[in-house]
Amino acid sequence: MKFRVAREVLSDAVAWTARSLPPRPSVPVLAGILLEVQGASLSVSGFDYEVSARAEVDVSSTEDGRTLVPGRLLAEIVRALPPHPVDVVAEGARLAISCGNARFSLPTLPVEDYPSLPSLPSTAGVVDSDAFAEAVGQVAVAAGRDDTLPMLTGVRLEIEDDRVTLAATDRYRLAVREFAWRPEVSGLSAAVLVPARTLADAAKTLTSGPEVVLSLSSGGAGEGILGLSGKDRQTTTRLLDAEFVKYRAIMPNESASHALLPVGAFTDAAKRVALVAERGTPLRCEFTPGQVTLRAGGTDDEGQAEERCDVEFDGDPLTIGFNPTFLLDGLASVHTERARMDFTSALKPAVLSGHEEPAEDGAPRPGSYRYLIMPVRLPG
Amino acid sequence: MERAEGCRVLHVDMDAFFASVEVRRDPSLAGRPVIVGGAGGRGVVTSATYEARAFGVHSAMPTARALRLCPDAVVVPGDMALYSEVSRGVMAVFRSITPLVEPLSVDEAFLEVSGATRRLGDALAVAELVKARVFDEQGITCSVGVAPTKFVAKLASTRSKPDGLLVVRPHEVVGFLHPLPVGALWGVGPRTEEALHAVGLRTVGQLAHAPVELLQQAVGPGSGAHLRELSWGRDPRHVVPDEREKSTGAEETFGRDVDDPRVIHRELLHLSERVAGRLRGAGHQARTVTLKVRFSDFTTITRSRTLPAPSDVGQVLYDTARELFDALALDRVAVRLVGVRAERLADAGATSVQLALGEREHGRRDAELAADRAVARFGAGAVRPATLLRRDGITGRSQAAPRPDRAPRTTRRDDG
Repeated sequence: MKFRVAREVLSDAVAWTARSLPPRPSVPVLAGILLEVQGASLSVSGFDYEVSARAEVDVSSTEDGRTLVPGRLLAEIVRALPPHPVDVVAEGARLAISCGNARFSLPTLPVEDYPSLPSLPSTAGVVDSDAFAEAVGQVAVAAGRDDTLPMLTGVRLEIEDDRVTLAATDRYRLAVREFAWRPEVSGLSAAVLVPARTLADAAKTLTSGPEVVLSLSSGGAGEGILGLSGKDRQTTTRLLDAEFVKYRAIMPNESASHALLPVGAFTDAAKRVALVAERGTPLRCEFTPGQVTLRAGGTDDEGQAEERCDVEFDGDPLTIGFNPTFLLDGLASVHTERARMDFTSALKPAVLSGHEEPAEDGAPRPGSYRYLIMPVRLPG
Repeated sequence: MERAEGCRVLHVDMDAFFASVEVRRDPSLAGRPVIVGGAGGRGVVTSATYEARAFGVHSAMPTARALRLCPDAVVVPGDMALYSEVSRGVMAVFRSITPLVEPLSVDEAFLEVSGATRRLGDALAVAELVKARVFDEQGITCSVGVAPTKFVAKLASTRSKPDGLLVVRPHEVVGFLHPLPVGALWGVGPRTEEALHAVGLRTVGQLAHAPVELLQQAVGPGSGAHLRELSWGRDPRHVVPDEREKSTGAEETFGRDVDDPRVIHRELLHLSERVAGRLRGAGHQARTVTLKVRFSDFTTITRSRTLPAPSDVGQVLYDTARELFDALALDRVAVRLVGVRAERLADAGATSVQLALGEREHGRRDAELAADRAVARFGAGAVRPATLLRRDGITGRSQAAPRPDRAPRTTRRDDG
C-alpha cells in the first residue's frame, strides 16, 4: 500500500472515523482504523460491532493494499501534521507516514483478525442533510443517558410514507419532531429505535453533502441495522431491541393557558437565575399577565436570584418549577424567535414549541417540533 | 378564651431524668427515694427522684452525704446507654412535632412551635401533646414552659416542676420576671450576681429599673445592655435546630441465621418501612440508603447507594436496599443480621420533586402518608405492606406475618 493525500483531507477522514472507536475495545483490533486503498480511493474505517464508520477520500496511489493501525495514535499524528502532502507507505508490519520534514513509523495490528464491516442495508429514503441534522439534534437532547434503561437511550424513528417522526424521552422530557422526506418506495412504514448518541453524532457530521440516505434492515430480533450515508461518508449502527413508550398518548393536545416567550431574552434570564440553582434545585417560573418572574435558590445557605422577563401570557397566574437544564435544553432546541409554552397546571407537563410568525391557532403544524417538560413539584 | 397567644417557644425538661428512667425500668421503685450515682466512697449523685429530693438530696452531692440525709434511698448505678436511648426517643417525639428542636442536653430542649400550631392548635395544646406523648411513649414525665421567648420558657419550665406546665403570655412576662432574683437571668453566674448585689440590685425588677449607666459600670457595657433587655423579657434568640441527625437506621438480628433470600427481602421491607416512617415523622428525607449485612461468622459489610432524589418512601428505600442486597449475589450464605440506614438527610419540606412521565399522580408516598395517618389514629400495625401480612384462615383477620424465629436471639435495634 502506497499513496499520497492532502493533509486536510486525510485528517478530516481519520478524525471522523476515530470518533466512533470504542474507548475500551473488547478486543485489541477494534482499537484500530482500517486503511484500504483501491485505485484512487482510500477508505478509512472503524467498527466496534455496534457502530461502523467509513470515510472515502481521493488519493493518488501507486499500490493498493489494506492495513490496520492503532486508531487514536493515527488520529493524533494526522491532526498534528504540518500543512504538506502526506505520503503513506506500508513497510512490512509497519506503516510509514511522512509529511514535510516529519517522519512516523507505526506498528500495525493483525488486519486478518479485523471483522468485516456490515454492508449498508437497502435504501429506505432520502432526506435533506441539514434538516435531518436539525431534527435529530432537537430530539436527541431529550434522550436518556442511563444505559440501564436502554429504551430511554434511543431515538424512536417512525417512517410513514413521506413523513418521518423522531421521538426521545428520558422520562422527564419528551421531544418529538416530524419532517418530510423522500421514501424509496411509496407507502413505506417502519418504526425502529436508534441509539441516540450515535444518531446525533452521525447526523451532525453528515452535512457536507446536500442529502443523507437512510437505509434500514430489520432482520431478526435485535439484528436490525440503520445505515446513514452522506457524501463520502457512511455509518451504520445496530438498532436497540426495546419497546418505546406510547409517546403520542403522553403528549397533551390541549392546554389551559399558554405563554409566548422571546427565546433569546428568556433564555438569558433563565441562565442567569439558574446560576444559583444548585444541582437538583428547580427554577421557579411565576407567570402573570404580561410577564414571568424567574427565581432560584431561597434557603438561607444558598444564593438567591430573581429576574423578570416580559412575555405574552394571559391565563390565570401560574407558578411552575422546572429543572433549569431541561428548560434550557428545550429553549435551545426550538430554533425560532419566539417559543410557545402550553400549560395545563403546575404539576402537569408543559409543552414548548416553536412559534411561527404570524401567530396561528396552536394546532401542531406538519414538520413541527414539540418539547414536553415534566415540572418539578415545588416545596411547600 | 385566651390560652397561649403570642407564645411560640417551648422549653421541655425531663423530670429527674436518669432517676425516672430507672423507675420506669423497675416499677417497684415507684414512689420511693431513688438516687442514681456512684455508690463508692467518692460517688456523687447524678440524679434523684423527687421523693429523695424531699430529703434535701440533689445532684452533684456526694452519695454518702445523700444517704445520711435519706437513709432509705435506693442507690442505682447509672446506665448511660439506656439514658441515651430514652433521650433519642424523647428528641424524636419533639422532632415529630416540629423540626425546630434545639437540644440543650440529653434531657432538655427548646422547641419553636409557631409552625406546628397551625396543625395542632395553640402552643398550650402543643405543650400538652408533648407531655402526653413523652409519657405515653417513654413512660417518664417532663415539665414544659411556654413563653414568647427562650429564656422565659426555660424559667417557666423550672418553675412548674415536676410534671408541670406553665404558660407565660406576653403581657405576663414582666410580672413573671420582676420578682425573681437576678441570679435567675441567663448569663448571671455567681460573679455577676455578686457584682449586681454590690450595687444593690437583687431582683430582676430592680435591675430593670436601674439606670443603665449603673448596670454597665457593674457588669460591663455589653453585659449590662443584655441583662437590661432580658429583664424586660426581650430575648431575640431563635430556636436553632442542632445539627440534623446525620442518619437513621434499623437493623434486625435473626433468631437463627437465614440464607433464604425471600426471608431477607421481607425483613428488608420491614426495616425500610420502619426507617421511612421515622423519616416522615421527623420531616426528613434520605439522600443515601445503606444496607448492612452481618454473616454468621460476624464479618460485616455495608453497601450504599445515593438515590436519584431524596426520599422518605418505604418502597424506595426497600427497592434500593434490595438491589444492594441482590447485587451481593450471595449464594445462600448464612446471614445473621441485616440493617437499613437512611443517610445524608434533607428536610422534606424543602425538597422539590422532579416529576416523571408515566408516574401516577398519587404515588407510593401518598399511600404511605395515608398509612401514617391511619397508624396515628388506630395504632401501630393498622396498615402495612401486604407482604408483611398473614391472613388468618379462621377469622379472616389480617395479622402480622411471623418474623423468622424471633426468640430467643432476635434483637432489634433502632437509632436516630
